[in-house]
Amino acid sequence: MNEYRQEIGALTMRWVRRLSREKFSMLFTLVQPMLFWLIFFGNLFQRAADVRVVQAPNYISFLAAGVVIMTVLNNGLAGGVDLLFDKENGFLERLMSTPIHRSSVILSRFIFVMTITSLQVLVILGVAYLFGVRPATGFLGVVVILLIGLLFGVGLTAISMAMAFSVKSHGDFFSVLGFLSLPMIFLSSALVPLAAMPTWMGVLARFNPMTWAIDAVRPLILSGWAEALGPVAMVVVVMVAFDALCLYGSARAFRRAMG
Amino acid sequence: MDRAVAIDVSKLGKVFDGATAIEDISFQVFAGEIFGLLGPNGAGKSTTLRILMTLLRPTSGQATVLGHDVVQEPEQVRRLIGYVPQERAIDRFLTGREHLQLLADLYHLPKAESPRRIDELLRLVDLEDKADQPAKTYSGGMKRKLDIACGLLPNPKVIFLDEPTLGLDVQSRLRIWDYVRGLRARGITVVMTTNYLDEADQLCDRLVIIDGGRIKALGSPGELKAGLGGDIVSVTLSTAEMGRVETLAAALKGHPAIRAVSTTQTGLDIRVESPEKTLPAVLEAANRLACRLEFIEYHRPRLDDVFVAHTGHAIREEFPNAEEE
Repeated sequence: MNEYRQEIGALTMRWVRRLSREKFSMLFTLVQPMLFWLIFFGNLFQRAADVRVVQAPNYISFLAAGVVIMTVLNNGLAGGVDLLFDKENGFLERLMSTPIHRSSVILSRFIFVMTITSLQVLVILGVAYLFGVRPATGFLGVVVILLIGLLFGVGLTAISMAMAFSVKSHGDFFSVLGFLSLPMIFLSSALVPLAAMPTWMGVLARFNPMTWAIDAVRPLILSGWAEALGPVAMVVVVMVAFDALCLYGSARAFRRAMG
Repeated sequence: MDRAVAIDVSKLGKVFDGATAIEDISFQVFAGEIFGLLGPNGAGKSTTLRILMTLLRPTSGQATVLGHDVVQEPEQVRRLIGYVPQERAIDRFLTGREHLQLLADLYHLPKAESPRRIDELLRLVDLEDKADQPAKTYSGGMKRKLDIACGLLPNPKVIFLDEPTLGLDVQSRLRIWDYVRGLRARGITVVMTTNYLDEADQLCDRLVIIDGGRIKALGSPGELKAGLGGDIVSVTLSTAEMGRVETLAAALKGHPAIRAVSTTQTGLDIRVESPEKTLPAVLEAANRLACRLEFIEYHRPRLDDVFVAHTGHAIREEFPNAEEE
């Protein structure tokens, strides 16, 4: 158990070190593009969006939940990239030739991605606060939002790692990534509530796990515990199933890639 | 000769998606020697090495490292081996010291012990000055030295080197060779892949020639060269005389001191027992046939000749089906 901790600690530290060496990348990791969605998109649509349709005091407070989960989505889907580079330049083989638990590399990645994601979500909520968005459920609500982000992020990171282990080149990886992320966002309740969508899009959005996550985060920000508890319970069930599926897939991909 | 066997490979085979990478590979590596896997790119050297390091599972056959089966007991094998992969397997953002620190934790060295061990290794490979610079500032030779230090960190009984001098300048190559000999001096068994004939010749105690996924020859460089049977006299004919090369060859065949005669692009390669007896015979035959010789040269067999003799082609030839790596 001590050995396990030592490995995971050292591997996680490596991801942190890499990030801290790239000053620019670190800056852009915290001031990420998702903030622009919140600030520009949120304010841009302030008057174009009908508050009776979005059922929120203003568009930016409606959008906050969507941007939080979009952050989780982007981080999760990109979570395997570094492992992909490790695979391509042989560093992964070097790690795998050492007497570590096979799962340590993957676990260290989960820990790192989840920590960064949580920090970013806090930054998003902080900026939203500056624009007057006060989470209705308070501090405890923010904790629950972070937990929902973790639940969703684990599955996404698992998909990303499975892809990293399966693709032939990183070109393929980024193509798939680019192809996945926009439809995931538009076919979810991130920008528009389900009820206001064209029927066919609404139907598709219902199958998107992202919708469930957003619909649980949104009442935590906008309404209060009474309205939030139901969707939160629901999202836990959906995410446990989603994560189980993703983890199973990524474990298979990992085993196949590691011979 | 009953030397201790460090690695025992028996009928190893690996098929990737229906394509055979290696087939029926068997050899033994003795404890404390430098053992080479020599072959062109795509010959199956790296596949063999990866199976021995537990990074790949063989499709058929068996291999043991220090008595531990690589498939059944990968954990035990990994505790005993060190690995020096090809140069790029370095994290450019980490410093040399951080690389070693990471590996120290992956090999579960006690925290109190690792700084001393890391300093010792940095000193061994002359990287103390650059130890705290990110690896992206290192030259090719320095990265290689860091690689070797990483490979030595677990204090391994067996160390695997994958193309240790690929792409290095001459001076760095010679220095790396010294380090590799230093490993042997410390009693470490070294297994290395290479596609440089001179490297295999200079460095390896014994080697296998692998081509097309199969073993073509096995032995020490000296044995392999001697196995060709004698030294080589190369005769170059002027272009105008090339039409008569077969006549000259026929005249030489059957001479008691000549073992074999083969036609080359510019003349003949004559394998001889002793050049003293043969040279006069060659000159005499050429004279008798009034065949003008442009150039005549004698050399001991080189590993190049061994390679050609066993594989039917030179190591640098490109093949349409040769895969990368």
